[in-house]
Amino acid sequence: MTDIPDKPQAAALARSSRFNVLWHAVPWIVAIAFYYTAGGFLSLGTSILVMILLTLSLDLALGYAGIITLGHAAFFGFGAYGAALFSLHVNTDPVLGLLVATAATAVFAALTGMLILHTQGITLLMLTLAISVLLYEAANRAYKITGGDDGLQFEMGPVLGLFRFDLWGKTAYLYALAVLLVWFIVAWRMVQSPFGRSLDGIRQSPPRMKAIGTPVWWRLVAIYSISAAMAGTAGALSAQTTRFVGLNTLGILISGIAVVMLVLGGTRRLYGAFLGAAIYVVVQDYAAKVNPFYWMFVIGALLMATVLFLENGLMGIMDKVGTLARDQLRRVFGQPSQP
Amino acid sequence: MNEEPILSVRGLCKNFGALAVAQSIDLDLPRGARVGLIGPNGAGKTTFVNLLTGVLRPDAGSIRLGGVSIDGMPPEKRVPRGLARTHQINTLLMEESALDNVAIAIAEREKHAWRMFRFGRQWQQCCDEAHARLAEVGIADVADRRVSQLPYGQQRLLEIAIALSLKPSVLLLDEPAAGVPSAESRVIHEVLDRLPSGIAILIIEHDMDVVFRFAREIVVLVRGAVLTRGTPAEIAKNPDVRAVYLGKSAA
Repeated sequence: MTDIPDKPQAAALARSSRFNVLWHAVPWIVAIAFYYTAGGFLSLGTSILVMILLTLSLDLALGYAGIITLGHAAFFGFGAYGAALFSLHVNTDPVLGLLVATAATAVFAALTGMLILHTQGITLLMLTLAISVLLYEAANRAYKITGGDDGLQFEMGPVLGLFRFDLWGKTAYLYALAVLLVWFIVAWRMVQSPFGRSLDGIRQSPPRMKAIGTPVWWRLVAIYSISAAMAGTAGALSAQTTRFVGLNTLGILISGIAVVMLVLGGTRRLYGAFLGAAIYVVVQDYAAKVNPFYWMFVIGALLMATVLFLENGLMGIMDKVGTLARDQLRRVFGQPSQP
Repeated sequence: MNEEPILSVRGLCKNFGALAVAQSIDLDLPRGARVGLIGPNGAGKTTFVNLLTGVLRPDAGSIRLGGVSIDGMPPEKRVPRGLARTHQINTLLMEESALDNVAIAIAEREKHAWRMFRFGRQWQQCCDEAHARLAEVGIADVADRRVSQLPYGQQRLLEIAIALSLKPSVLLLDEPAAGVPSAESRVIHEVLDRLPSGIAILIIEHDMDVVFRFAREIVVLVRGAVLTRGTPAEIAKNPDVRAVYLGKSAA
């Protein structure tokens, strides 16, 4: 062990060196570059952005606050159906629909969170799973509202009254990217805040936090709702950009995929969600082309390799590359090393 | 002392099934008190602390803190009212730096811990004060070290720094020097001697040297009941105490 404080996540984010600002720009530059080069893959790009947002929401709840959950699909689906129903019955404005779906999901999560967040570990895991399954079955049965197995198809107005959703998915992609950016800034700021630090504390030692006077349960309900709101936004985006919502948005598979993406990318670094989701979708796409039946095998192998050999997911590699690059740059430009 | 005690416990009872772990315990801690709670293993010392802090619910009895009843109040609500404790078993945030461990506690005390977006100045203040708190217990030089990298003695000191940063009126020290090598425990004793005189302190400790040096009154707990209480000199002479607790070592 070295004497250097070994705390990559929060400290690295908080330190605002010029190099780090550059690093922050990388994912967004890649996303913009993708927009100009993707061609027919743009809708795949949109679904990656949606999954990034879902994984990011999971990072807040699972990564930072340590809420063991397999139920985020419930919020993803809740947001998706919320956006669809709002568009069908109230107003087709996408931004308005997104906000309403997000808020509704937050309320739903606050209510269910209050019920289950006094539990921990496997009990909590099972309860999140149970809520997810109940919601799925409820949506399946409520055929008149949700369309059941057939799902719902709906129309979307132009974004901000200006940009119509086009056949090539250009508007959809940029719309999703803008929403992701807003949520990312919120999350990035939040994890450094005293609120975020208290979540770090709750994950590591609830007895300690109670002993310093933290209302642990309330704080967990708060982050659970915020995280769910984000997942709801992701679901709403997914519905709006495809103008369709189906039962699969509520399926357990979505929760599982989000967890896999998070673990692949690395927890508690926010950008882990970007890396994990992108790699997952791309690998899935390529592997499915090579063999449509065994693509899961490749994903599974990737996950095993990550968990066994990479302590901090793929972001762990990025950290090492980043440190190396920084040292090299410093040597070249003769910058004084950071304290 | 005529003023009302800061912490006042009356008739506190707790049973685990047929086992009585607290039998009608009375205790008063006036301002600046230095009371030692001793007793053999299983006497119910830690249970008593857990009853005071609200981790356990008493079957009967009442607790008043600063003249106000805190019965039925959850632990996290008792803390802002001035009741702080240290833990016998380590509960520190091992992945955080020593500084952050204290700063997080200060943020909680100052009600900054709900802040999500505008927090730069407030957090800086928390960190500045945290630095001062670490200096008070003499570990400011390791402020940026991860807690998991600190030697055990410094972890215990950090524990005390966190409790002090909550600005308590009553401080419960649950075996502050337990498990610390004797070379380092001297430092802990010095810190204990320097604790602010206004705080009422209840110390639970196995090490008789610590208790007899530190406490001005000692309460002896046996099987959940108060056997006797008195000054260290009285307790040392008491034959009952020798019989149940000090045993051979006191001879």
